[in-house]
Amino acid sequence: MLGSGLLGRATLWLYCGLVFAFLVLPILVIVPLSFSAGAFLHFPLPGLSLRWYERLIEHEPWRRSLGNSLVVGAVATLLATVLGTLAAFGLARARFTGKSLLMALMLAPMIVPVIILAIGAYFFYQPLGLTSSLLGLAIAHAVLGAPFVLVTVSATLGALDPTLVRAAHGLGAPPWLAFRKVTLPIIAPGVVSGALFAFVTSFDEVVVALFLTGPAQRTLPRQMFEGIREEINPEILAAATILVALAVLLLVVAELLRRRSARLRGLAP
Amino acid sequence: MTAAVATAALDLRRALRRAERRKTLGGLALALPLTAFLLVFFLLPILGMLGKAVENHELATAMPRSAEALRSWRGLGPPPEDVVAIVATELKEAHARRQSALVAQRLNREQAGWRNLILSTARRLPEAPNGTWLRTLVELDPAWGEPAIWAGLRRAAQPWTDIFLLAAVDLTRDDHDSVVKVPEEQAIYLDILGRTFWISGLVTLFCLILGYPLAYLLASLPERWANPLLILVLLPFWTSLLVRTAAWIVLLQREGVINDFLVRIGLLAEPVALVFNRTGVLVAMTHVLLPFMVLPLYSVMRGIPPSLTRAALSLGATPFAAFRRVYLPLSMPGVGAGCLLVFILALGYYITPALVGGAADQMIAYFVAFFTLQTANWGMAAALATLLLLATLLLYWVYARLVGIDRLRLG
Repeated sequence: MLGSGLLGRATLWLYCGLVFAFLVLPILVIVPLSFSAGAFLHFPLPGLSLRWYERLIEHEPWRRSLGNSLVVGAVATLLATVLGTLAAFGLARARFTGKSLLMALMLAPMIVPVIILAIGAYFFYQPLGLTSSLLGLAIAHAVLGAPFVLVTVSATLGALDPTLVRAAHGLGAPPWLAFRKVTLPIIAPGVVSGALFAFVTSFDEVVVALFLTGPAQRTLPRQMFEGIREEINPEILAAATILVALAVLLLVVAELLRRRSARLRGLAP
Repeated sequence: MTAAVATAALDLRRALRRAERRKTLGGLALALPLTAFLLVFFLLPILGMLGKAVENHELATAMPRSAEALRSWRGLGPPPEDVVAIVATELKEAHARRQSALVAQRLNREQAGWRNLILSTARRLPEAPNGTWLRTLVELDPAWGEPAIWAGLRRAAQPWTDIFLLAAVDLTRDDHDSVVKVPEEQAIYLDILGRTFWISGLVTLFCLILGYPLAYLLASLPERWANPLLILVLLPFWTSLLVRTAAWIVLLQREGVINDFLVRIGLLAEPVALVFNRTGVLVAMTHVLLPFMVLPLYSVMRGIPPSLTRAALSLGATPFAAFRRVYLPLSMPGVGAGCLLVFILALGYYITPALVGGAADQMIAYFVAFFTLQTANWGMAAALATLLLLATLLLYWVYARLVGIDRLRLG
């Protein structure tokens, strides 16, 4: 087998080390630059300071766009989570012809380029009064986020041992009690990690935002997009660093949820 | 006795079927909200967008009688005087209602320069014809004597148009309404389409070259080692696309970190352009899409029993032969899934090329946005989006057949 000899193994590790560096280092390199005392994006840093973070807090457009992004993200996550979880339950129960077609429609927003949804929404959310509106953007983001919830909840439902629920019924639990005490705790990690995915999707989405928002609804990604397009500066890197910290936080939460879910299903100690 | 058993069995079967049906109906009821939501806010907007690609209402709105007359006229123009008279008088009325600009804009999509022809004619048309209306028009502009403008008007008078869809693949219609290639200097869209596929293909290849050994290593490690390393793969996955794109600009720009480093250690005499060109697009897109390659590869490779390659080795296969004849074929489903996924996602990329690419590196999605937001040429934007959608759906279908919809996971 390749990479079985000592030399082969060492080569493989070296190569993969470089790929890991390629994956992670570019993200980490912006962190020190955002704490630079100077305005140029160079190493070595002229000194450390928090001035770019202060600028970020003082600057009205950043504050407002952050607020907009949080509102849109919250509404989109709520919509996507409720609709996606219900659908996951429904699809797990129902057996009918055309199920895979319905599944294909429900997962299509993950595959269809966002620009297609953006241009469609640009023309057809208008009669509904949903352009230049935070609600319209949140709805479009819920479209993008719902498949993630559907997939993660379906995965945990698929791993749910039906005998557990049947045992609860057999021991005299009414359906809702069996659901609350058995089903819900087991699928909860799936629901929450799906919700996290939906939130990240919305919080990071810029294409639909470019089409559906006016100056008053500007979101954080859109603010960053325009900043990067003009000229990239440490202020943008400060915002980016905060987003990296958020990504690490969410990643850790998602990983903990995954472990908890595996433990609850008895897959791991 | 046996009859009673048979009846009981039949009853039981019926009851089971009824229970099954009730369960399915309950399931459908739960799936209904998401289905309805996606129909209204996803499917209908996309269908409407497809409609925009063939929509042709401008002339019929601004000059309804002319549209009708032109539709029933056949042959190579100019048309008979009665049709010309309707067009000329109605153009004048449309001008008075300030609707001639609509017609002018539509005609300009047929041929650049016709906006001026329509607007200047509409402005200068007299109340009554000088002899015939055709003569009057030709006196205002000789172009009215040519067949081209009349064929263009007739195309604009139809209920639907294929001019945008044809233009999206560098075709157009001539004065006889036959489909022909557009002149060399105007042919840009096939080039953009080819470029989109080429960049996506290259990015897929790079992701495979980087991702295959990585997934192989992870799959060969015990889970307690593989999981923390998988987090390193997932970190970029959870990090904002804009953050990653910004990071690459910082790294690759002329005064950036990499150029700085290479010049300092003497590998380069002076900084080279690494970003705002094709190199930047390929590097940044590969970085963004690599996790989508690694994850499906990893999940397939985890399922390959190590005993199989061990058996090949003990039967005397060289390590390379064991890899090529046993491991590689078994990992092919992962390769297929990863490549298809990366390629499909790459096709629709807009943000990354827009930020790290030059003018010659923009992909089809960029032009959809450009025509929608900058020039308001909605027909062209919708036609290009239709093309992109068709390509994506075709590949999605292939993915569903080869890999299976239920294996589609982006995280």
